[in-house]
Parts: sequence; C-alpha cells; structure tokens
Amino acid sequence: METTIKFYQTDTFTVGNRLLSEAERSVQAGMQRTNALNSGHRACQGCGEALGARFAVDAAMRAAGNDLIACNATGCLEVFSTPYPESSWQLPWIHSLFGNTAAVATGVAAAQRVKGTKTRVLAQGGDGGTTDIGFGCLSGMFERNDDVLYICYDNEAYMNTGVQRSSATPPAARTATTVPVGQHPNGNVFGKGKSVPLIAMAHEIPYVATASVADLRDLEAKVTKAMSIHGARYIHIHVPCPLGWGADPAHTIKLARLAIESGLFPVFEAEHGEITGHRAIREQVPVEDYLKLQKRFAHLFRNPKQVEVIAQLQAIADRNIRRFKLLEKRGAAV
Amino acid sequence: MLKQIEGSQAIAEAIGLCRPEVICAYPITPQTHIVEGLGQMVDRGEISPCEFINVESEFAALSVAIGASAAGARSYTATASQGLLFMAEAVYNASGLGLPIVMTIGNRAIGAPINIWNDHQDSLSMRDSGWIQLYAETNQEAADLHIQAFRLAEELSVPVMVCVDGFILTHAYERVDIPAQEQVDAYLPPFEPRQLLDPIHPVTIGAMVGPEAFMEVRYLAHYKQMQALGLIPELAEAFQEQFGRDSGGLIKPYRSEDADTIVVALGSVNGTIKDVVDELREAGMSIGSLAICTYRPFPHKAVRNALEHAKRIVVVEKSLALGIGGIVATDVQMAVAGLHKPVHTVVAGLGGRPITRDSLRKLFHRADAGHLERLEFLDLKHDVVHEEIARMEAGRRSGPIAENILHSVGTVASQIR
Ligand SMILES: Cc1ncc(C[n+]2csc(CCOP(=O)(O)OP(=O)(O)O)c2C)c(N)n1
Ligand code: SF4
Ligand SMILES: [Mg+2]
Repeated sequence: METTIKFYQTDTFTVGNRLLSEAERSVQAGMQRTNALNSGHRACQGCGEALGARFAVDAAMRAAGNDLIACNATGCLEVFSTPYPESSWQLPWIHSLFGNTAAVATGVAAAQRVKGTKTRVLAQGGDGGTTDIGFGCLSGMFERNDDVLYICYDNEAYMNTGVQRSSATPPAARTATTVPVGQHPNGNVFGKGKSVPLIAMAHEIPYVATASVADLRDLEAKVTKAMSIHGARYIHIHVPCPLGWGADPAHTIKLARLAIESGLFPVFEAEHGEITGHRAIREQVPVEDYLKLQKRFAHLFRNPKQVEVIAQLQAIADRNIRRFKLLEKRGAAV
Repeated sequence: MLKQIEGSQAIAEAIGLCRPEVICAYPITPQTHIVEGLGQMVDRGEISPCEFINVESEFAALSVAIGASAAGARSYTATASQGLLFMAEAVYNASGLGLPIVMTIGNRAIGAPINIWNDHQDSLSMRDSGWIQLYAETNQEAADLHIQAFRLAEELSVPVMVCVDGFILTHAYERVDIPAQEQVDAYLPPFEPRQLLDPIHPVTIGAMVGPEAFMEVRYLAHYKQMQALGLIPELAEAFQEQFGRDSGGLIKPYRSEDADTIVVALGSVNGTIKDVVDELREAGMSIGSLAICTYRPFPHKAVRNALEHAKRIVVVEKSLALGIGGIVATDVQMAVAGLHKPVHTVVAGLGGRPITRDSLRKLFHRADAGHLERLEFLDLKHDVVHEEIARMEAGRRSGPIAENILHSVGTVASQIR
C-alpha cells in the first residue's frame, strides 16, 4: 500500500517513523541497521560527517545485503574512526592514501568481478580528498564507469589538518589559509572553487546526487537508489563541521537545513548527465540566517557589516534557485 | 618452449602464465610493450579470468593494484622512470600495507633533463620503500624472475619489483625459453591472501598507527625483508628443479673465487662485464665479477663472502647519488666493512650512454694497476663539462645547462665505439 501522506513535523524535515509502515521506515530506525560506523569513534560533538557517514553506510549496507566493502580517503572520517588499535568499522574497510580512494575502489571492484562475487564497493572521502587531491583518480573512475559508489562528505575545508581552504570552501569563508586580513579582508575570494557534482554529471555517469544531513531520509533514499544501479555513482553530502565552521554543535542539522533553504546548497539528482529531480525549498530564507550562526563568516557582520559581500553570497544562492529550479515543487526527490 | 622473442613479450608471456587477476597500466617508455602484450592476451582470453584496466596515471595504476590485492586478486602493474616517481606515495603504501603486488620496472633515467634511455636511478630511488627488488641480467632471467616474484611476494605478503633494463632488455630480441602452463602452475600455487577485504570476516586495513606501535609495524616489514634473504635462494633452487634453469637468487659470482679485482654490478651490464672478464682472464689478469640479483633486501653476507678474497672492488653502477657518489657502492662498502679493501665507484651508462667493452677493458686495466679513483665517471666528456663550467663562471645568465651542452656536443646522438 502506498502511503501518500507526508509526516514531516512542524518546521523540520524529520519524519515520524512510527507513523509509517515498517517497509517505509528509515534504515536507521530499523533494528536491522548494521551500525557499520559504530559508536565510540573520536569525532567532535555534533560532527556532520560522522552523522552523514553513519546514515550513508548503513543504507548502503542494507541495499547490499551487508555484502559491502568500503574504501576511505585520509581525512577526519578515517582518523576519527580508526585510532589504533580500535576501529569503528563493522564492514571490511581499507584506507590507502589521501588522493587515491577512487582508484583503490576500482581495484576492489575489479577483484569482485574476477572472483565472480556480488559484493558491492563504496568509496568515501572528504571534500579535499575528493574535489582536490583525489580528483584525478575520481575522474578516471567515473570515465571508466567502474562499479563504485563514491560518497563525498563535504564540510567545505580540509578539517583534519586544521581547517584549510579546499576547492569546496565557499567564498567569504574564513579558513586557516583564507584569513580575512590584508589583501583579502573578506576571507576566501569569490569566483573560485568548483562543483564536483556538476563535473561528475559531465562524465555522464549513471547517477549523481547531492544530499544533506538536514534530510537524512532523502540521503538514505539516494544511497539506496544509487545502490540499485551499477556503474560509477556519486553522492555529494553536505556535512556541517562545528569545529571548522565555528558553530554550535547543536546547530549541525539546523545549519545544513539553512544551507538548503537559502539555496546555497542545492539538493538534486541526475542520471546520465541530466538533472532528474531536486529537493524543493518551501520558503527561501536569506543567506544571512545561515551565515551569522558561523564564526567563519563573523567578519561579514563586524562593524561595518559587509553588506555587499553578503549580497554577493545571496546572489549565488539566488542563482542556484533559478538554475536548479529549487522553488518549483515539481521534481522533489523522495 | 624456445622462442626468438622481444624481451617485453617474453615478460608478458611469463606474467600471463602466472594467472594474474587484475592488471592495470599507464603507458611509459620503455614499459609499454609489456602491458600492450598483456592487454592483448587478456582480450584474446589467454589470461582469464583477468581484468585489464587502463588507468589515468601511474598513481592510479598502483592504487588499483592495491585495492585489487587487498580484495584477494593477484595484481600486477608495470612502469618506469617518471611513472615510478609519480606513484611514489602508493609504492610505500603497498609495502606498508603488506600487499603482494608484482611490478615490472623497465629501468629508465629520471629527468630533468627528460631522457627515455636506460639507467637505474628510477628503481634505486625506491630502494628503501619496502619492496623487494630483483634485477634481471638477461631476458630469460627477466621472464623467470617474474614467476619467482609472484611466489615470493605471496609467501611473504610483500610487494616485489622486477627491474629490467629499458631497451637493452625490454626491446631486445633474444632466445627465451617460455615455460609451459603446467610447469608454472606446479611452481606457483593460487594466491592465498594473509589479509582480505571479506564481508563475512570484516577487517580494517590501513588504520592510523601512532608512536605506540608504528616502530613495531615498520620492524616487521624489515623482518620480512630479512626472511626474504633466506627464501629467495630456496625459491631459486625450487625454480631450478621445476624448470631446469639457474635463474634469480641473491648474487651471481663469475670467475671471482681467486680474483684480485672483482667488478660488481646490477642488471644487464653484467653480460658485457663477463665478456670483458673472459678476455682479460685470457690475457692473464686476475679479475672476476659479481652480479647482484637481489638488491633489496641487500644480501650483505653473501656479498661479503663473495668479495672477501678480492684485493679491490669496482662497483660499476648506472646511478648517481648526487652529492655523495655511488648508491650500490655504498651498500657494497657496508658489506665489506672492516675488511680494508678499496671500493671504487664507477658511475656509468647514465641516461643510456653505452657501456662498451672497450671502455670497460680500459677501466679494468687501470683498476688492475691500482690507478682508479674512489669515484669515477665512465666516459664522461670532461671537455664538455669544463666548457660549461667556464661558461657559468664567465657570467650570470649562462642559460639552461642541458641546452648549452647539446650545443657543444652537436648533433651526434651517440658515439658507440
Ligand atoms: C598526499 C597528502 N597530502 C596531504 C595530507 C594531509 N592531509 C591529511 S587529511 C587532510 C585534510 C582532509 O580534508 P578533507 O578531505 O576535506 O576531509 P575532512 O578532514 O575535512 O573530513 C590533509 C590535507 C596527506 N595525508 N596526504
Ligand atoms: S573537525 Fe569537523 S569533520 Fe572533523 S571530526 Fe570534528 S566536526 Fe567532524
Ligand atoms: Mg573537508
């Protein structure tokens, strides 16, 4: 039986699981969830990456019938999950290097083909490991259409080494290498950086999606969908980092949601290079609401308030809304 | 089966007989013919099941091999020169993780100046990476060493580099005995990984290790290298039993038991050296040679025993540790430490400069007469060097050295006498 009613609680996207039929409940809500990234790891309080990874990997585990191997790039996720001699990982897991994760996953997938197993392969890395140093290997894996689901946990900087700028760092953000002083009083400069989801689409791979820890059911659904497809797949998950963003750990989900609702982080899906759906914004919020909760943007609100810079960021959000048709109800994912 | 065959093709056929399951490659001269050969064998179904993966870089090539090996597949790649340096981070990673990957190095110089010809600077730059390094003297040995390499790698769970002189071996047509599949199957059992990415028994591979255990992990990697010192001669012996050929092993002394002068070298130049030794022996000189087949682990004891009776040791090496001199010679010196023998370093054949019998003959005569310097450069064009030094001293903007030198050398590409 199809359930047509939506059970979102007021002002959040949290779905009341108990109101849904068993089959429709989230993976995390189920007793069968694998806890593939088990508790006891060393992530900071409120870490969006830990949350996103837990939901993503468990959803992938369920979709694969627990027959899954994970490859991991160097970065927070790798470091906080495997402090010697402990490991949080409840699935076969390999960390090789910072920049080669997609290629390692290709190798693991090739071994499965040779051995004739049905084991699925997941690769994961941070934004630095994905959009910068690992980009060559990632593009190669896409281009060959290797049977790998690659997940990027985008916290918008090199967090593990102490918050340096990556090509996913938003304009105006303060990082340790884009300090708002001297020639660049507004932090990270405008007009740089790249969108790897769009670049992934240019490879015309079977599936590309963005997702966020603000909407964990959507995230689970996208991982599940990605796992139903073979070939190269890419999911880019927005994961706030309280430490790197200078935010209250209690605001992780709130920030992720404001990033979506302002239009700064567009949530969409694409198949074979074409956008097939997006997550609609019910009501656009001003980017200021998002920015002012984070110390990395604090310099924009000090006397005098950097009205023009904030307007530039608002323009980026507005452009995303036009480009991805985020205010149109049609085509909402999930 | 005896074949008149290109070295690269012989190597490819030997690798094919080892039943590799994942082969990944990125092209670089002079490795290309090996992986082209393998790709065609996979396409024709002669190696099956096997995945041949064209990757976007050498860094990816070895990384794919790392993933495949950790997932239990017998994995192979090949590279040379710039490619080996491009994958350097993964080279250390493969050995650090203890993955038994086999990789051919078609030995080639490292730029700048860019140069496609043979020397040993590439593989020697990775001598401390934890890979076993075997150096082939002939194409027969190159083929045979690959078969031994897979067994060695998998028994110890250590990666192995088989170093084959670019062009001199890779592109030379020689008679090579290609073994039968049954023989190789009898010698090389299926791959039984020590560690495996297995959903039934999940393990974490590549966890972060701090000061509390890093030394121990590194020590065990060294321990495996020491184990290899014992295992390599055993595998060479077993190889001889199975295939009836003496290939591989730690070292190969030649007419050196009673020799006053012993010449030490890696790889194919040993062929030329042995010819000159024969010549000079006939003329009454007390000379012999020692080929080092296993360079990592370095067989100190075997080398020391082989050199103990010599009056002088001449290391002819195709590499140069800038700012100090010989690379191989430094290890040889350590092997004969305390024996108070002069060890001469002769840097030769860099960037493919031919090492001729004529030059070696003159060199060995000077050695025999006790006239060798501690560090020499065989057939170095001193006039060209002095001209450039004078140019540099004459003014500030002296320009790119390589270009200047090419001007003074002229268009003569090689001057083989
Ligand atoms: C080749 C190489 N360069 C640099 C580093 C240092 N390094 C380790 S983790 C890291 C930052 C990771 O950033 P990201 O991929 O965004 O992941 P995050 O920690 O933010 O989750 C860096 C720069 C490294 N380990 N290897
Ligand atoms: S620094 Fe950020 S990404 Fe890293 S563990 Fe802490 S909150 Fe998570
Ligand atoms: Mg990051």
